[in-house]
Amino acid sequence: MNLIEIGKRIKDKFPEKVLWFRCFREECDITVIKEGIRDILEYLKKTPTLEFDYLIDLTAVDFLGIREPRFDVVYHLMSIKHRHRIRVKAQVSEEDCFIDSVADIWIIADWFERECFDMFGIEFKGHPSLKRILMPEDWEGYPLRKDYPVSSDLGDKEWKAYKELKELSKEWKINES
Amino acid sequence: MNPETTKELLINMGPQHPATHGVLRLILEVEGEQIKKCTPYIGYLHRGIEKLSEDLTYIQALPLTDRLDYLSSLINNVGFCLAVEKLMGIEVPERAKFIRTMMAEMARICSHLLWIATHALDIGAMTVFLYAMRDRERLLELFEMVTGARLTVSYPRIGGVRCDVSNEFLNELYQFTEEFPKKVEEYETLIDRNRVWLKRTKGIGVISAEEAINWGLTGPTLRGSGVYYDVRKIFPYDAYDKVDFEVPIGKNGDIYDRYKCRMLEFRQSVKIIRQCIEKLPEGAILAEEAPEIRLLTSPLKINKDDLQFEIYMEDKKIEDFIKKFTEVYVSVEASRGELGFYIVCDDSPKPYRMRVRAPSFVHAAVLKRLCEGAFIADVIANIGSVDIVLGECDR
Repeated sequence: MNLIEIGKRIKDKFPEKVLWFRCFREECDITVIKEGIRDILEYLKKTPTLEFDYLIDLTAVDFLGIREPRFDVVYHLMSIKHRHRIRVKAQVSEEDCFIDSVADIWIIADWFERECFDMFGIEFKGHPSLKRILMPEDWEGYPLRKDYPVSSDLGDKEWKAYKELKELSKEWKINES
Repeated sequence: MNPETTKELLINMGPQHPATHGVLRLILEVEGEQIKKCTPYIGYLHRGIEKLSEDLTYIQALPLTDRLDYLSSLINNVGFCLAVEKLMGIEVPERAKFIRTMMAEMARICSHLLWIATHALDIGAMTVFLYAMRDRERLLELFEMVTGARLTVSYPRIGGVRCDVSNEFLNELYQFTEEFPKKVEEYETLIDRNRVWLKRTKGIGVISAEEAINWGLTGPTLRGSGVYYDVRKIFPYDAYDKVDFEVPIGKNGDIYDRYKCRMLEFRQSVKIIRQCIEKLPEGAILAEEAPEIRLLTSPLKINKDDLQFEIYMEDKKIEDFIKKFTEVYVSVEASRGELGFYIVCDDSPKPYRMRVRAPSFVHAAVLKRLCEGAFIADVIANIGSVDIVLGECDR
């Protein structure tokens, strides 16, 4: 089945939930509202002719100042049997920064969602243990958000443990001289 | 076991531990020798490559991808270049495609050699370490001949490769492919008849095909469980659809099968390299449309037929948004598994968002499942068999 047909099928099945779909250079993405994400992904995984059994990737994109709702949570699905891929995107706004977890549908979503939470601060409802994964647990802020600076000089916002280390190193230098 | 004399213990393994191949930390809950629960902690090598690349142009971001999986950096470069090429819609010249394929397979052999060296060392088959290092050295020298660097090569360019290969290089590489299969046999005689090795790998760390898919495994780790999935075959890129090779798959999904898959991949890689040398066409190595080093505008070029969309909501602005933000997902078969680049592009010369789907990240997650119920000694064997590089895992 080609990708445009798949898009049409999802649209027929969930007419209320699909916002738009787009094809660009043999890739298809479908944007939905976040309330329907679990149903749609489960449908994609379990329908015999689609069988998207493989969650390749889960991430988010921040469209700060460009679009409301601010975030897109992006799911890349693939079917090993039918050899096709699709991208499903769910819109999440800044005020209600949460979406349903899919960690019970694909186990690996557990870690992907943790990373997404760590980097963007999007909460996943129903996740078994939503903790930071790449950054230290007491880190403040969400690095991949567009309003987070790229440069390393954060001033007062510097990570607490790093500030303490800097203070310590000053003391050591005094002792040396 | 006598409940009065045994009690549960928490053991911290890593982040500085020689057998974790980097800075991976595991918290093991053990009861005697048996592991009740294993929790991996990552992030010690997080450098924010995804964030950094948002502040660099596409061309400047290329060397960053070297630092992901530094053992087969060339494949990362290829993946990134393919993604940008897809955005731009440019066709790479045939010669460049073959060169990339050939060098990517060299990188794969390099990476697998380091894997067999350290994995065997961890389990106690020490001899093979130096043999593998000897052959890896030869390949690194070949890399140096062409690219000038041994590890972080930054050799491919968007639209082709940086410089052409010489006949001298091709001759030496051909000679290498003639000698290398014998050396693989040599490793096998060292390992495959080693009773300790067999005891420690057969039937250990078993994961079924269904579970492996659910866990999102890719590469030899997935194929060891008998799933036929290889990006090179299923979504061919570069010259992989023009060379003849097989994808070895295992059956039992244990450490031994994963090892066997990689050993067979050595031979397939050699086969691909030889075909590439034999078929290497003459011609340009960089496409004419390739971007300038100083990139001032967005590389994105869209023809009318490329972009099709249908909108089911009422919002006037959304059409502009859809046209402005285009995105691609391109994946390559890195030596560890599927390495994907998801790039969101706007009208600036910098990527709006670059996401790296790293196989090692997924493989670090599966350690939790593989180590549960196993013995402490098997943890080391499991870490080796999923073959993770923490630079790629933490990004």
